[in-house]
Amino acid sequence: MVRSPEHVDSAVGVDELLSGNTAARKRRARNRRRAAGHRPRQGFFRTLVQGLGELLITAGVILLLFVVWELWWTNIDANNAQQQALTQFADKFQGPTAPVAAPGSPPRNYGAPPVMAEVNAPGTVFGVVYVPRFGRNYSRPLVEGTAMEQLNTLGLGHYEASAMPGGVGNFAVAGHRQTHGAVLDAIDTLVPGDRIYVQTNDGYYTYVFRNNQIVLPDRVDVLLPVPTRPDAKPTERFLTMTSCNPRFGSSERIIAYSVMDAWQPTSAGPPAAIAGQVAANKSKG
Amino acid sequence: MYGWIFRHLPGPLWFRILTSVLFIAAAVLVLMQFVFPWLNQFNPLNDSTIGGTTQP
Repeated sequence: MVRSPEHVDSAVGVDELLSGNTAARKRRARNRRRAAGHRPRQGFFRTLVQGLGELLITAGVILLLFVVWELWWTNIDANNAQQQALTQFADKFQGPTAPVAAPGSPPRNYGAPPVMAEVNAPGTVFGVVYVPRFGRNYSRPLVEGTAMEQLNTLGLGHYEASAMPGGVGNFAVAGHRQTHGAVLDAIDTLVPGDRIYVQTNDGYYTYVFRNNQIVLPDRVDVLLPVPTRPDAKPTERFLTMTSCNPRFGSSERIIAYSVMDAWQPTSAGPPAAIAGQVAANKSKG
Repeated sequence: MYGWIFRHLPGPLWFRILTSVLFIAAAVLVLMQFVFPWLNQFNPLNDSTIGGTTQP
């Protein structure tokens, strides 16, 4: 093995021991090396392995950073965008933000609900979804389209070919289970009878959760007007929500089916269960 | 590689440490703002729709 200059320099000879000037000598030698601007030579192979190692460590750090970005930062980003969308929707929304009917009065039947026209412009926020089971403050914008641009920022995307809220048939939405706001993270915690409220400019549609189903990602028949029944003629108003399953995976999809139970126009104010959140969204505007 | 870069940064030690931190911060920023959002479209774990994005 070839001795590097460092070894030579640091080797303490008898003369130096006798002279007692080792420290000073070493310091001088170090200064000389620094001034010359080069380090002890190392072999080509060693340089190669070291460089490769540094690149691999860098790649590992970047991958870790990607995980951090995906699992943590995308949520912050998407939550901000969604809060902004909620505020904008609430700003334009005309109508009382508290229930008009006195508490305890029997529910009124407002007849068949109006169905808003197809939006046909992906990226348009046309409603808000409230799910008390997902948290008292849970309200997420409802956006047209299920492409990545919509789901990655605005949360709940409406399948463009499916029915609109309140329509006879299947009103279907998709949302991320993890990342990008994780809007449907708690989809598996829904209990039959749980209420899902959809607010549009026309009013409030109340859906009641019935069951969920775990399917493979190619099961498009869950989006049919009568889910999974190609030949049936729809008579009910379904809400179908799709998300990833399992959590942190995407080998399956979890589907939550709900059926419309009630409707009330904007002028009647929000249902009591979500009135607080409707008012909170409005006041942030 | 990083040692080589660090040795070739100008200025005294504290200044070189400062520049390195700035370089690292800039790299993280570029990754988070541009590289990762672009990379994200190839991440299959993000698909929560039925039948892919071409389907209804």
